[in-house]
Amino acid sequence: MSSTFETVAGIISETCDIPREKIRPDSHAINDLGIDSLDFLDVAFAIDKAFGIKMPLEQWTQEVNDGKVSSDRYFVLKDLCDNIDALVAAKAA
Amino acid sequence: MRLEYFQMVDRITRLDTDARQIAADCVVPDESPIFEGHFPGHPIMPGVLMIETMAQTGGWLVLATLRFASMPFLAQVKEAKMRAFVAPGAALQAEAELLHDGSGYAVVKGRIATGGKTAAEAEVRYRVVPFPNETLRGQMLETARRIGVPEAFFHAA
Repeated sequence: MSSTFETVAGIISETCDIPREKIRPDSHAINDLGIDSLDFLDVAFAIDKAFGIKMPLEQWTQEVNDGKVSSDRYFVLKDLCDNIDALVAAKAA
Repeated sequence: MRLEYFQMVDRITRLDTDARQIAADCVVPDESPIFEGHFPGHPIMPGVLMIETMAQTGGWLVLATLRFASMPFLAQVKEAKMRAFVAPGAALQAEAELLHDGSGYAVVKGRIATGGKTAAEAEVRYRVVPFPNETLRGQMLETARRIGVPEAFFHAA
């Protein structure tokens, strides 16, 4: 599994007090893991810090609310990790 | 400070969005109904109002950083520590540093000193959202002018 996923899973486990073994790449942060928006604020801050990025949460939320994309696109962990990797790559470019 | 109106910041004394720092003077009133209950015979500033003071100070830093385009609302307080009693009439120096300007949220480290010693500190997190209406935005701008936020921060950079 990617190091991005390992980092994100560790952050979620520690921040939200969820057993590490319950956090899988196909877990949906909200629907499966039950992370609410306030806890996700903690997760977002920790991810931003760990990867040196600024996840565009406002844009993502708007796209989901507008029905343009499924929330899976941003909140299933393997997809979230793909987005993080893309943001890290864009920053390095 | 006008505690009953939640006006915690009297005057911004330093505001540097490049350095991500703000400092403000806040003078605790000599008298307030709050001190009648907190506590009888031993009036001290409530810890929650110390936290509010740090939150407001950091909030002005977030507002200035965003040029008043969005409004920070208190969402989380972490590691809040009240290190000393603060009596009526005390002169407080509040300061905050922006730790992270996230997407839809912000994180600051706040501190209050009095008499050269730290009286309180906390990490404060905000949800940053569009102003719910023009009334609030107008009021925030009016307050910003009163407490000395430089005009340059009121407009997009």
